[in-house]
Amino acid sequence: MTATAAAPAAPGVRDDDLLRVEAVDGGHGSTAVLFGVSLGVPRNGLCCLMGRNGVGKSTVLQTIVGLLKARRGRIVFDGDDVTKLKPYDRARAGIAFVPQGRDCFPQLTVRENLRVVQEARRDLPKSGIDDALDLFPRLKPLLDRPAGFLSGGQMQQLAIARALVTQPRLLLLDEPTEGIQPNIILEIEDAIEQLKRTAGLSILLVEQYVDFALRLAERYAVMDGGRVIDAGDTAGLADGHVRRLLAV
Amino acid sequence: MEVFLSQLFIGLSVASMLLLVALGLTFTFGQMNVINMAHGEFVMAGAYTTYVLQTSVFGTGAVTLAFGLSLPLAFLVGGVLGLILEFTLIRRLHGRPLDTLLVTWGVSLMLQQLARDIFGAPNVQVKAPSFLEGGITVAGVSMPYTRLFIIGLVVVALLAIWFYLSKLPAGRRMRAVVQNRDLAAASGVRTPHVDRLTFFIGSGLAGVAGVAVTLLGSIGPTLGTNYIIDAFLVVIVGGLGQLRGAIVAAIALGLANAYLEYWTDASLAKAAVFALIVVFLQFRPQGLVVTRRRGLA
Repeated sequence: MTATAAAPAAPGVRDDDLLRVEAVDGGHGSTAVLFGVSLGVPRNGLCCLMGRNGVGKSTVLQTIVGLLKARRGRIVFDGDDVTKLKPYDRARAGIAFVPQGRDCFPQLTVRENLRVVQEARRDLPKSGIDDALDLFPRLKPLLDRPAGFLSGGQMQQLAIARALVTQPRLLLLDEPTEGIQPNIILEIEDAIEQLKRTAGLSILLVEQYVDFALRLAERYAVMDGGRVIDAGDTAGLADGHVRRLLAV
Repeated sequence: MEVFLSQLFIGLSVASMLLLVALGLTFTFGQMNVINMAHGEFVMAGAYTTYVLQTSVFGTGAVTLAFGLSLPLAFLVGGVLGLILEFTLIRRLHGRPLDTLLVTWGVSLMLQQLARDIFGAPNVQVKAPSFLEGGITVAGVSMPYTRLFIIGLVVVALLAIWFYLSKLPAGRRMRAVVQNRDLAAASGVRTPHVDRLTFFIGSGLAGVAGVAVTLLGSIGPTLGTNYIIDAFLVVIVGGLGQLRGAIVAAIALGLANAYLEYWTDASLAKAAVFALIVVFLQFRPQGLVVTRRRGLA
């Protein structure tokens, strides 16, 4: 399915984008959080979603993975409407999610955290675990440790590694550098850059750290009050434009 | 000393029976936060499975064979009943614990009536296999073989569960879903499949517990209600969904019951145990073992 030609394209969404979020309303339970959110992630590109705390960025990601329902609008992944799919079917379609706050299975070991995801599907090779670990060598000596005992930075690396084991085409990263010591931030940035360059992955990145985000991104979207207030290509973006939008 | 030892054995024996019933509950409770009031009736179904095998299928000539076969068959009967319950009702009531409680209570009453219709209201007797007749006396404590068998059965069940949870992919998936359901789903784990399998195993364990119940006396349509409350106490005191906690809680409750019963009498002991639990839960409302659990959404 493709978007009907009649629908006016929102800024920051193109027909050939790998992921298109089209005029989505959503929220938690009975609380509405998102109002007509549209954004696109270009193929083999990175879209950076920015905005202050509490404007609905994480809600957008959770709605894209299917943990929250979209009440209106569509989510189109690689030309297919996935709005009604369950989270695990979206994961199988190639969407991987690295939630905020470095979530993990705390009582499983690091190794089990990766294996449980690989074993959940028949089509995922065991070698995917080694590939993910090669990207984050710091995890290798910790494989038999329960994941709940890792430091924040280690847990964040584990969370990204777990997402990569599913061999995704789209990676959703929710503030991967938040509250992490600077040298690990650099490692995570390098990893994201490397993934984008070599693995042919498309990435939707929620990030407060504007410089880093804009350096990597082809596309950007800025949210406020549950709406996208500005979106477009980063190429030719005036210096300080986004920063002004984010200013309190 | 002799009294101390004999009450110790009685306590452990009560604990083993409690734990056998509570194990399955720990599974279903931990996995889905579902209070399955019909769990006791799955125990009853397991007991009647033994009865049917012995009376109708094999006759009284092959008691041992019937008993041996009843263990896997009762697991299957309990498991299938659990699957049906999960598929028809419980999965539709996800996130509504109070409704689930009432619905499964209704199912429990229906299953009791069904048993009454099929087998009659009076209790029936299941013959214990001959190798379990008698007992041994060690240090002045007489230990019936049936009681020892039940303790052994619990140990075997625990080992099997440990193996399943820590060594098999399906067990890993189950733990992942218990610890973080949203993350598991978003990582591609088909959570409804895991739920169904959990319910099958948990209810199957209830069926096995039912086989053990037949060794302790006559069985009737309402036998499940005798066990369900105590089993729930084990699950709550142990910490929801915590295997280690359930083991400790079952032994503690069994021993407390046995010693208090010796010093006072049966009903006073029961009241005292309840009072102890109330006090305990004031200080540790989450039970003995607590797991950090959270969702993403």
